[in-house]
Amino acid sequence: MPEYLQEITALTMRWVRRLSREKFSMLFTLVQPMLFWLIFFGNLFQRAADAQVVQAPSYISFLAAGVVVMTVLNNGLAGGVDLLFDKENGFLERLMATPIRRTSIVLSRFLFVMTITSLQVLVILGVAFLFGVRPATGLAGVAVILFIGLLFGVGLTAISMALAFSVKSHGDFFSVLGFLSLPMIFLSSALVPLAAMPTWMSVLARFNPMTWAIDAVRPLILSGWADALPRVGLVVMIMVAFDALCLYGSARAFRRAMG
Amino acid sequence: MDRAVTIEVSKLGKVYDGLTAITDLSFQVFAGEVFGLLGPNGAGKSTTLRILITVVRPTAGHATVLGHDVTTETDRVRSLIGYVPQERAIDRFLTGREHLLLLGALYHLPKHETIRRIEEVLKLVDLEAQADRLARTYSGGMKRKLDIACGLLPNPRVLFLDEPTLGLDVQSRLRIWDYVRGLRARGITIVMTTNYLDEADQLCDRLAIIDGGRIKTIGSPTELKAALGGDVVSLTVGAAEIPRLTTLASALKGLPAIRAIRPTASGMELRVESSEKALPAVLETVSRLAIRLEFIEYHRPRLEDVFVAHTGHAIREEFPKTEEP
Repeated sequence: MPEYLQEITALTMRWVRRLSREKFSMLFTLVQPMLFWLIFFGNLFQRAADAQVVQAPSYISFLAAGVVVMTVLNNGLAGGVDLLFDKENGFLERLMATPIRRTSIVLSRFLFVMTITSLQVLVILGVAFLFGVRPATGLAGVAVILFIGLLFGVGLTAISMALAFSVKSHGDFFSVLGFLSLPMIFLSSALVPLAAMPTWMSVLARFNPMTWAIDAVRPLILSGWADALPRVGLVVMIMVAFDALCLYGSARAFRRAMG
Repeated sequence: MDRAVTIEVSKLGKVYDGLTAITDLSFQVFAGEVFGLLGPNGAGKSTTLRILITVVRPTAGHATVLGHDVTTETDRVRSLIGYVPQERAIDRFLTGREHLLLLGALYHLPKHETIRRIEEVLKLVDLEAQADRLARTYSGGMKRKLDIACGLLPNPRVLFLDEPTLGLDVQSRLRIWDYVRGLRARGITIVMTTNYLDEADQLCDRLAIIDGGRIKTIGSPTELKAALGGDVVSLTVGAAEIPRLTTLASALKGLPAIRAIRPTASGMELRVESSEKALPAVLETVSRLAIRLEFIEYHRPRLEDVFVAHTGHAIREEFPKTEEP
C-alpha cells in the first residue's frame, strides 16, 4: 500500500509539474474559453434572453450552471490527451517497464483532472459572483456542485483515456473530441432550458447526461435546497450509472493497452 | 560452455492481429555479456525486446529473465531490469533530474537512496551540468544520455537498449558505445537491438541475426565471420558494362573456386574458397569476355557478408540522421 501511494503521488506530481511549466497554454486553452462563455455570452444575451423563458433573474445567472458543467465536460474529454502523447513518444512504455501497478497511471490522471476541474469551477463561480450571481444554497451548495462535477468528470475522463489508448493516431483523437464536444453542449440545457427547445432537440437533450448535471446544478444556484435536492438525488443515481458504464467500457481499453 | 544464463528464450512467438512478428525464437543470453539482436527494421527485434521487458505478452513459447518468467512474474522481472526505449521517451516539460526522481519513486526507492543514485548516474553519463534544465532544451545526444541514466537508475542486473544510437551523430554514437562498454565492465548484462552492422560488430560479444521474425544465426561476430570461411571478392564495372554482368555471372558460376555470386548495384560480389586461387581465374574469365573492370577488391568476410549469407539480402542500413539540438 505505501508503494502504491508512492507511485500515485509521484505520477500525479508529474502532471502538476507539467502544468506549472505550461502556464500559458493552461490559461488560454482551459480557463479562458469558459470565462468567455460566461462573461461575453452571458452579458451578450442578457437582453436577448427572455427572463420568463430562462426563469432566472439574469441570463448570466442562468448560464452559470451551464458553464460549470461545460468546464467539467471539456476538462474530462481532454483528460486523456497527456496520456495520448505519452503513448506516442514512448514515455508510457517506459512507465510500463517499471514495477508499478497499472492502475496508478490511470488514477493519477483522475486525481489531477478532478483537482484542476474543481479549481476551475471555483474560479467560474467566483467570476459569476462578481456579476452578482449568489448561489442560493450557499457554500454547502458549492460543495454539492463540486461533487456533481466530480461524478460527471470521472466518466468523461475514463472515456477520454480509453480513447487515447485505442486510437491509431492523435488526429483521430482530436476529431472524435471535436465531434463530441459541441453537440454535447448544444443538445443540453446549458444555453437554453429544455422547455424552450424545439421538441426533437429537447428529446435528444434528455439522453445527454450533461443535461441532468446542469438541471441539478442550476437550482442550487438559482432557487434553493427544496428545488434542488430531488434533482441532486436523481443526478447522483444517473451519474453513478454513467460512471459505471464508462469505467466498464474503458477498463477493457486500459487492459488491452497495458497488457 | 558453462556460463551462467541470464536470459532464456524458448520457442517465442508473437502474432499481432493476424500478423506474425516473430516465430519460434530461441536463444540464451549469458551473464555479463553484451548480446545484440541485429536485423533490418521490422525484423522482430523490438517485439522480442518488448516481450523480455514484460510490456508485450508473447503468443507462443516462454522467456525468463534471471530465472523469472516474463509473463507470470512481471513485477519481479521489472524490478531487476532497466530499459532504454528507442523513441526519445522524454517529457519535455520536466528537467532531467525530475525524470530520475519520478522513476526513483516508481521503483519504490526511498528518497535519500534515489537522490544518491541520481548523482551517481548523472555522473556516469556526464549530464550533471544540465540536470536541472528542462528536457526540451536538450540536444539529441543529451536526451539519449538522460534515457540511459533513466535505464540505470534502478541499478539493474540486466539493461535493455532499443536501437541505442539510432539518429545520433557520430560523436554521440561513439560516446554511447563507451558507456555500454563501461557498463559491461561493471558486470551488467546488456541486451540491445540494432540495425547498424558496425555497432553489432564493435559492441556485441554475441549476436543473433534476425530477419522476417526468425533467428538466422547466433554467435560472436568473430565466430560468425570465421564460420563463413573463405574470402569475398567484389567486382565493380563501368555503367556501359552492366548489361553484360549476367553473361559474366554465368561464366563465373562454373568455376570451382567460387561458392556464391550476388549481384550488386554496379557489379557483383563473389564468395570464394581463397582469393589467391580465385582471383587469377576470375581475371582470366573477365578478360576472355572483354569486360572492362573499374575496380576489384577482396577481403576477409565482414559482418555484412555474414548477414547476406544468412538472409539472402543486404541489411537496409539507414544513415544516422543527426538531430537538431
